[in-house]
Amino acid sequence: MSDGAPLLSLTGVNTHIGPYHILQGVDLEVRRGGLTMLLGRNGAGKTTTLRTIMGMWHASAGNVRFDDADITAWATPDIARAGIAYVPENMGIFADLTVRENLLLAARSGPIDDARLRWIFGLFPALEKFWPLTAGVLSGGQKQMLSIARAIIEPRKLFLIDEPTKGLAPAIIGNIIAAFSELKKSTDTTILVVEQNFLFAKSLGDAVAVMDNGRIVHTGAMAELAADRDLQHRLLGLHLDQHQ
Amino acid sequence: MSAGKTFKLPARRRDIAPLLLVPLLALAALPLIGSFSTWVTLTLAGVAMGMIIFITASGLTLVFGLMDVLNFGHGAFISIGAYAAIVLVPLVSGLMQADSIAANLGALMALIAIAMLVTGVLGYAFERIIVMPVYGQPLKQILVTVGGMIVAEQLIIAIFGPVQIVLPLPTAFRGSLVFGDVAVERYRLIAVAVGLVIFAAMLLVLNRTRLGLLIRAGVENGEMVEALGYHIRRLFVGVFVAGSALAGLGGVMWGFYREALTPRMGMDVMVLAFIVVVIGGLGSVGGCFIGALLVAVTANYAGFLAPKLALGSNILLMALILLWRSRGLYPVTRR
Repeated sequence: MSDGAPLLSLTGVNTHIGPYHILQGVDLEVRRGGLTMLLGRNGAGKTTTLRTIMGMWHASAGNVRFDDADITAWATPDIARAGIAYVPENMGIFADLTVRENLLLAARSGPIDDARLRWIFGLFPALEKFWPLTAGVLSGGQKQMLSIARAIIEPRKLFLIDEPTKGLAPAIIGNIIAAFSELKKSTDTTILVVEQNFLFAKSLGDAVAVMDNGRIVHTGAMAELAADRDLQHRLLGLHLDQHQ
Repeated sequence: MSAGKTFKLPARRRDIAPLLLVPLLALAALPLIGSFSTWVTLTLAGVAMGMIIFITASGLTLVFGLMDVLNFGHGAFISIGAYAAIVLVPLVSGLMQADSIAANLGALMALIAIAMLVTGVLGYAFERIIVMPVYGQPLKQILVTVGGMIVAEQLIIAIFGPVQIVLPLPTAFRGSLVFGDVAVERYRLIAVAVGLVIFAAMLLVLNRTRLGLLIRAGVENGEMVEALGYHIRRLFVGVFVAGSALAGLGGVMWGFYREALTPRMGMDVMVLAFIVVVIGGLGSVGGCFIGALLVAVTANYAGFLAPKLALGSNILLMALILLWRSRGLYPVTRR
């Protein structure tokens, strides 16, 4: 895990969705710089954690601090403007808008910076090809590239990315891994990724937090978890050689 | 990355089938009607009426699509716009009675401006006081907006009385232009022109401006627009005000079209507007435009060919469209 004060911290966060008590006291710190993986079984509360950070569901108890500000009760747009970019599980692509328009919308401060756009085209060449087309015609992998490109079209302090490899072909996952590696090298942005694909998580993560039943049950260095098969089995119910 | 020689971009989806509906309907009606001049008159009257319905429904479809708000109070703004105009009529009667197209147009523009101003301001208050507390509660939305509609209607009756008020057309807009056997009422041409200007302006704003980009994205996925850092509720207030002002404009145009105002006129037009919104697809301005033309032209043809069917023709049309495309002609939202 990177050194320094946490950029994001969740303390005793509880979130209810209707009658369901999903997050049951989440304590999580994401330090500045590097990539933190948030792992856990289906239904552990990973997506709810990201949505709570983004203010899409408000915490019923506990607090969320980002960059020294208490953002627990902030509205989603204000949280985004504080410097958090969010890629949801369903990618949130505007299918009726073109690739260009999707990126234009994400560039809040004005016209898209040309150098930044070239850098993104270097990461995701397909986006240049499909630039004038509506995003609805893109494949699943290309939509994921667009959703990530939309998040990084302008510098942000923190990326929240929910299951970027979900439903994608191995070749596309390789492309996404390469892009994230480049992203880590090219920027000082902090990244928090929710993931179920352990190989993906292992190849990119610096730090890891594991959730179960709405709580964080393990935090530490990704390398430690990757090296400890018993721990993987206990926390995630998997053996690496059985997993994708 | 440069495109390879064999690389082929997937074709941009161009769904033209709905665009053909109005021309096909018109062509199909021609042999049934028999007389070419009658067919032209009915068709042009339908197009003019369709433009006015489009003006009233366009704001409704964006409000519907953007925030899932079922605003049954929309009809109130149609009535209020028309009645706001009639208050101003004595002040511009000189211009309306002048034998000058420019003066008449000036009077019409003044009436439209005051109607849009009044309905825009009332729309803002309506959204803040009546609609905002019931976001995300469809049943309550129906109840409070229908309540707002009833209150507005009763206020109009209290102020202006329950009887019909005549709204005479400006001098130059009366009568018809005759082309051979075909007579075209002048005001219908004005209505078509105003409708086209509004449609073009909406397309321009929606497709060529950042505001339009936000509205289109918001209709499709409002939550994601918020996650990108935009306050969609502020955007929605603007759209609601614009939609209310357009309803006011539609009220003035409809009042002149009928040359009379009644306290129930808003409710009558709103029923058509709702049918148009459903036919066009929630949130789609293009679908709304085609839907409005279809509804109006169908009503005119049905009224001529089978008057007993005229009342039900719009419901029948809506049922047929929904059987063909269950989410309307050009659905924008995923709902």
